[in-house]
Amino acid sequence: MSQWERFIDTFFNRSVIVQYLPDIFKGIWITLEISVLIVIFGILLGCILAVLRVYKIRAISFCIIVFADIFRALPPLVLILIVFFGLPNAGIFLSSFLVLFVVLTLVLAAFSEEILWAGLTSVDSGQWEAARSSGLSLNQALIWIILPQAFRLAIPPLTNRAIAITKMTALGTVIGVPDILNQATTAQSFSGNASPLMVAAIAYVIIFLPLVIASRRLEYKFSWKKV
Amino acid sequence: MVNPVLEVRGIRKAFGSNVVLDGVSLKVAKSEMVFILGPSGSGKSTFLRCCNRLEEPDAGEVILDGMSLTQKNVNLNKARQKIGMVFQAFNLYPHLNAEKNVSLALRKVLRFSASDARSTALEALAQVGLAEKASSYPSELSGGQQQRVAIARAMALKPQVMLFDEPTSALDPELVGDVLEVMRDMKSAGMTMLVVSHEMNFAQEAADRVIFMDNGKIIEEGTPEKIFLSPENERTQLFLTRVSGPQK
Repeated sequence: MSQWERFIDTFFNRSVIVQYLPDIFKGIWITLEISVLIVIFGILLGCILAVLRVYKIRAISFCIIVFADIFRALPPLVLILIVFFGLPNAGIFLSSFLVLFVVLTLVLAAFSEEILWAGLTSVDSGQWEAARSSGLSLNQALIWIILPQAFRLAIPPLTNRAIAITKMTALGTVIGVPDILNQATTAQSFSGNASPLMVAAIAYVIIFLPLVIASRRLEYKFSWKKV
Repeated sequence: MVNPVLEVRGIRKAFGSNVVLDGVSLKVAKSEMVFILGPSGSGKSTFLRCCNRLEEPDAGEVILDGMSLTQKNVNLNKARQKIGMVFQAFNLYPHLNAEKNVSLALRKVLRFSASDARSTALEALAQVGLAEKASSYPSELSGGQQQRVAIARAMALKPQVMLFDEPTSALDPELVGDVLEVMRDMKSAGMTMLVVSHEMNFAQEAADRVIFMDNGKIIEEGTPEKIFLSPENERTQLFLTRVSGPQK
């Protein structure tokens, strides 16, 4: 067997791939499902928290800042392990799927909150003044004038962060979420062959590359020429 | 003055230990154009911003058309419909085109229908000579055009008083004329206007009354002729000399 043949046999073994492809497809479905849920709920929660800070209620703002700082500082894997292996000791049993979803949603929410808050504060104060002086209420000014501008500023970092965190669904492997990577490593140990990992890598590219491209489109669509 | 449209009584405002307004009172009659002059830091802009409570005065009263804006339970959003403001930096909404800039408050504050708001906005834009720019975004307009859109935005709400905070200071010299032309039209249409500006020639020509502020106080006021040709106060004389050279 030449070196080239050995390489093909180890990483692109046809019979191994055919055998385990259905499992990896199941994993793709799980990864997609959990990623979509994390993006929707993470960004939504982050936006709600950022908007709450606009009202400058000291106790609430303080709690939001503490939350955002802790969840941005801790490695997500640490949080996943603590929640998955720690909570059962307190009598709370959550499925590995739920733990992964909750932790990554909170991490994305923490980052989204900071990103959108930065967007909100970088909208020129003259915009608030113009809006309020024409009789718009604080909420109206926020909804119609400030938030649309803050979102435009926030979209590039927000999409990047959303992609980075949905990729972390692979961490679910360590607590047994049957995602792409989990299916692939299981298949790898059963077959003694690395081909399932290559399939997993290709699957990640197929899932996330369109997202990366879509995010670039989104950035272009929501940008406007600066005055 | 029998029935002033805008009356300000004893406004005080301090930022920390820095007293910016030290008891300023003023009455503005209907259709009057009052110009406020003064060196930088004299409190002119802060005074203007206290008139619609963009800046919260520490003490004093603002009465607009018989209604106090400084009472505790006043509906400020409602009151602000009657008092338009134009800013030095225009502050147009960059994500909305000219027509939407003007019609937004019509829809959200005055509850106009979409079509009524649109036709009122187009009318207001026509009045400032920008009917054909209705669908342009602020970034596509010159400074002078942006400021005229900002004026249309304030005027569309049919306010009783218009406040101008250095409306031409951010403009290239050749664009100033268009904005002043619009203000001249507004004056001849009977609008009540309170203007902070350094456009001395325009003040001399168009103002009914000129007020000179220094150190948070009104130290001299009178007709443009009086203030520009024979100012009594030493500081007014000094300021005018500095701005325009000695009067002939």
